[in-house]
Amino acid sequence: MDLIYTGVKTLLATAGDVLPIVLFIVGFQVFVIRQPLHNVRRVLAGLACTVIGLGLFLIGLEQVLFPLGRLMAQQLTDPEFIMRGVNVARAAVWTDYSWVYVFALAIGFSTAIAEPALLAVAMKASEISGGSISVWGLRVAVAIGVAIGVSLGCFRIITGLPLHAFILAGYVIVIIQTLWAPKLIIPLAYDSGGVSTSTVTVPLVTALGLGLAETVPGRSPLLDGFGLIAFACLFPIITVLAYAQLGAISERFRAAGRQNAQRQAESTSLEES
Amino acid sequence: MNDTLQGIVRSVAGSARDLAPIFLVIGFFQYFILQQPLAGISSLVAGAVFVLIGLTLFIYGLELALFPIGEQLAFSLARKGSVFWLLIFAFFLGFGTTIAEPALTAVAKEASEVAARAGAIANSDEARAAYVLGLRITVAFSVGTALIVGVLRILFGWSLTKIIIGGYTLVIGMTAIAPVEVVGIAYDSGGVTTSTVTVPLVAALGIGIASSLRDRNPMTDGFGLIALASLMPMIFVMAYGGLIAWI
Repeated sequence: MDLIYTGVKTLLATAGDVLPIVLFIVGFQVFVIRQPLHNVRRVLAGLACTVIGLGLFLIGLEQVLFPLGRLMAQQLTDPEFIMRGVNVARAAVWTDYSWVYVFALAIGFSTAIAEPALLAVAMKASEISGGSISVWGLRVAVAIGVAIGVSLGCFRIITGLPLHAFILAGYVIVIIQTLWAPKLIIPLAYDSGGVSTSTVTVPLVTALGLGLAETVPGRSPLLDGFGLIAFACLFPIITVLAYAQLGAISERFRAAGRQNAQRQAESTSLEES
Repeated sequence: MNDTLQGIVRSVAGSARDLAPIFLVIGFFQYFILQQPLAGISSLVAGAVFVLIGLTLFIYGLELALFPIGEQLAFSLARKGSVFWLLIFAFFLGFGTTIAEPALTAVAKEASEVAARAGAIANSDEARAAYVLGLRITVAFSVGTALIVGVLRILFGWSLTKIIIGGYTLVIGMTAIAPVEVVGIAYDSGGVTTSTVTVPLVAALGIGIASSLRDRNPMTDGFGLIALASLMPMIFVMAYGGLIAWI
């Protein structure tokens, strides 16, 4: 009964989020472009699928995954769990939090893979690039970036190092990479930061950050709890640029290999003649 | 009929593969690291089924509606040749989708508490509510502006790299002078603005414009709107925080 109530509420809320956008687009179509929409029935069916799908997705996440994720973030950052097996009475240091880093890596990776917005952009990118950018390659590259970002962000909260120093260093790396990266990938790589932090990642990652900032001595959840999203947003840019660079390098190697083979073949054919 | 069935099975299997990592990670940590029994297996399974069906339907609806209407609109606007209406559309698409974004509202609420504690605003309900509204309007306005800049970039073929590097430099410079308590929020606000419904529409808008212009490449010119929409809020929020503290 409870599930039905929250279910209907979530569906209505999703419809409420999507409706203004739809009205705006339809208004534009009718009043500015003054052309009827093509395939009205198809579009309506698609919109219904989008709303119901997103609604069900959110119900499932909010009912089960998010509470569980928050609970686990709390348990993992609990001082009792952190200090188990440590017999000497001392304050926790950053190396005691190893399971937090592993969890941050794993949850960052898996939420990015499940992110519908990332899948949407990856599908589009693969379509326009004619398949030279693979959907899975891009998603895995972004997910690795989110994983590194979230665990580095946890390290920052635990050690209390300044946020802007990390972000600054990240930007410098991005700028340097941009100079060498294949031109085709750069806009997509910049986009992948914003895309990766959406419906699934933001709530779980925020819970982890707040849990850490609450339990680590000397941290304030209000000041230190922020910043994880920024990390999860920045590092995918670095990994996607790196993915493209690796692709370009291996392509060059292959081309060099082909040339060598050709030259060898030519020289043997010369010797034979 | 058989084809449709196969298609459905394939897309459900695809969604299952996308979601498997989350369930594996949570299950693994619950059993082996925290060593706690998983409370309510049945509700977990029910939740998993909901998420699975939901993701499958969403992706299906994306291909059927969101991508086509976004691109069709971009095409028609570009063919109409009216830069004015294109920019109006871009601005309100950014502003409208951001102001209603639930993640932004949540972050803005937390931010108002930080500001109240830091003494930047009075610690009363009205002052905090005004701060939340101000922050939401600031971010929504910045996303609208970002889309205008992004569309102009596609139209005139400006270099995205230069805009982004310039923007980052501005962010770094502003970090040095902005009040400490607003910096973390400003950095995060870039990430929370781009939601699941906005991203496909904005991507379709950029790609639609780039492919309807003759000498633009959808790959290098079509992408980049989302990047600007995540960069601009950082600049605007730091300016807003500085302004509030200064007043």
